[in-house]
Amino acid sequence: MPGPRRRARPSFRRYAAERARTARLDRAAAAWRRIPARPRGLAPVALFVCLAVTYPFYVQSLPTNIPVILTLPTVHDAVSILVFVIMAVGLNVVVGYAGLLDLGYVAFYAIGAYTAGWLASGQFEQVKVHFGSIGVSSSETGIHISIWLVLLLAGIVTAIGGILIGLPTLRLRGDYLAIVTLGFGEIIPQFVRNADNLHGFDLTHGTFGISPIDAPGFGQKLHDAVGLPVRYDDSFPPTPDRLFFWTVLAILLFTIFCSMRLRDSRLGRAWIAIREDETAAGAMGIPLMRTKTWAYAIGAFFGGVAGAYVATFNSGAFPSQFDFNISIFLLCMVILGGMGSIWGVVLAGTILAWLNVEGLANIGSWLNSNVFPAQHQIDVPKYEFGIYGIIIVLMMLFRPIGLIPERRRKREIEEGTRGQMGEGAAAYAAAEESSGERR
Amino acid sequence: MVALLIAWLVVNAIKTPTDFFNIILIGITTGLVYALVALGYTLVYGILQLINFAHGDVFALSGLFASTLIVSEFKLGTDTGALGIVAGLAATFAIAAAFGAIVNSSIEFVAYRRLRSAPRLAVLITAVGMSFIVQNISLAIYDVNFRSLPPLISSGYVFTLRGVHYSWDAFFVVLVTVPVLLLLSWLVKTTKQGKAMRATSQDPEASAMMGINVNRTISFTFALAGALAGVGAVLYLVEFNVRYDSGFQLGLIAFTAAVLGGIGNLTGAVLGALIIGLIQSCSDGLSWFAPGSDWTRSIVFAILIAILVFRPEGLLGERTPEGA
Repeated sequence: MPGPRRRARPSFRRYAAERARTARLDRAAAAWRRIPARPRGLAPVALFVCLAVTYPFYVQSLPTNIPVILTLPTVHDAVSILVFVIMAVGLNVVVGYAGLLDLGYVAFYAIGAYTAGWLASGQFEQVKVHFGSIGVSSSETGIHISIWLVLLLAGIVTAIGGILIGLPTLRLRGDYLAIVTLGFGEIIPQFVRNADNLHGFDLTHGTFGISPIDAPGFGQKLHDAVGLPVRYDDSFPPTPDRLFFWTVLAILLFTIFCSMRLRDSRLGRAWIAIREDETAAGAMGIPLMRTKTWAYAIGAFFGGVAGAYVATFNSGAFPSQFDFNISIFLLCMVILGGMGSIWGVVLAGTILAWLNVEGLANIGSWLNSNVFPAQHQIDVPKYEFGIYGIIIVLMMLFRPIGLIPERRRKREIEEGTRGQMGEGAAAYAAAEESSGERR
Repeated sequence: MVALLIAWLVVNAIKTPTDFFNIILIGITTGLVYALVALGYTLVYGILQLINFAHGDVFALSGLFASTLIVSEFKLGTDTGALGIVAGLAATFAIAAAFGAIVNSSIEFVAYRRLRSAPRLAVLITAVGMSFIVQNISLAIYDVNFRSLPPLISSGYVFTLRGVHYSWDAFFVVLVTVPVLLLLSWLVKTTKQGKAMRATSQDPEASAMMGINVNRTISFTFALAGALAGVGAVLYLVEFNVRYDSGFQLGLIAFTAAVLGGIGNLTGAVLGALIIGLIQSCSDGLSWFAPGSDWTRSIVFAILIAILVFRPEGLLGERTPEGA
């Protein structure tokens, strides 16, 4: 699009040049519009994916003295960032689609990480189970299952956990549900912290956590056949970080894809109906409990996969990772991005996770050297959660629809502020929406 | 369940009677401090149907403020005379209560007031955000260290009965809390402002039509809740220490107490708080098959979940549409 045009002095030559330029831009725009809608919509996505996939190759040649943010994240930090984004997309299913406020999402993260810890480490030294694990000598005790299988299993175990948490609690509405999830989010980390001596049985190894956890890999056969890496952590830096980065990127893209398909599915439409008006949705024949439990299970699944991946990436699961703050941090991503809006959540998740991992430290050191006087240095990362609190409150007060709002959500909220239009108007809007979206 | 619990308590009482009664007394004392905080949750919930997450952090901030007041401003110490301590503590209670009231009502003014017509979840999320903001304000002013008071009140015993002790500093909590609770009850039941509060909590629109200034009433409720948190924080300081994030856990426990008693119900909040205090001290202190202090918080939250699932109206509350 043409930038802001300045016409300070009416000089003919400049005018003509500008005419030619706008004409060229118009032609380009027209050519762009002639591309069929589907590839046109996919082009920015494809561009971002390409940029992301090649990120490990050009990140080192990027400048390291960018104002304010100093540097872009290293590949190692990018892995942590993308894991947070996966969780934010998972939480978005629960909070954004189904409208169930979950203040204990960290519980799912913890369950996933500990499932990986149990199934791919030497934690249970009483047994010796090996199944497809790479680079673990067959004499090692403990359960060692292939990480790829563990990721899936962790997702499934966590989804079952989500169902178990959900079944008794999803009957509750609104803020009571939020409190119950908060309670679970507190209990589960406390449980893993204390469960190192359950009648003499060491389940979680207490505050020390479970470590080391096996690294993913494809094994010698696949390495020889198609050149896939044997084991992620047996090569020299920076290769392990890159491998972990590409894998997490693939998981993220898969998560986003699932999340989009789910939104447009029968189940997804049922979630949105429940979010908009639970009573009406129930009256229309949507099985409320089952639908909400599915939202929980699927949100939990992604949380579990992310948790298991973090566990194998850090080669450990530690109880200190699963603070209540993480739940709020993820919620902040969903709110900032716009509840229910996938791209909004991905964007906000990337920004906030980057702030968490290294952004705030960078911004803080930039501010300290350029803005604040030497006597008044401020330790910016210390106030991280205060900053998130401010973001949450400001968003709720001034832009409750989020950065990149979902169309339908935006309409819901605008109707809400316009002083409760009648039932009829809302129904009309919904009908119009569904006819508009049908392709 | 209940029978098992009672059996467990009785066995413990028979096995170690002295410990048992000491623990009961500790439980009642802690329970009374929780009651002051729980009342704040219940008051606000009763009028706005909002769980004021920031309440625990207001508690912590008032506690930190009170500790600096006592230590740096009034310079109370063990060498101060009895009269000085009494006067200083009285002034601290008054100032901490006023401080808590101002902080809490300004939170309402800044954040919640603009969201009166917004969906309830939006207000709830804002409350979570405010909680973090208040917590970080405490962090910015008072840093990460724990603050505590010098032992102003003697820990000598009020009475000793066959090994069961009750110390003065614990009794001090009772001495302060009981009048405060009576005062609150009088305030809510008989004064005009109290009647306005009860009317607003039943139906804000109708009360507005009856000439009640709803916004002022809500501000007053928040101020009252904040004042209770301020008093509670000073009492808490007498026995424990406080830092910027102490409020979050304590707030959750107090909230559990409020839910246990039936949220919105003032008597219920006190009852719930006493029960939670007893549960906590029993779990921490009893020796025969007690879970131990590692598990206490998990037990409290499990109770919270169980109540919300099976009896959302609490022990004394009425059924609300929130439940099944």
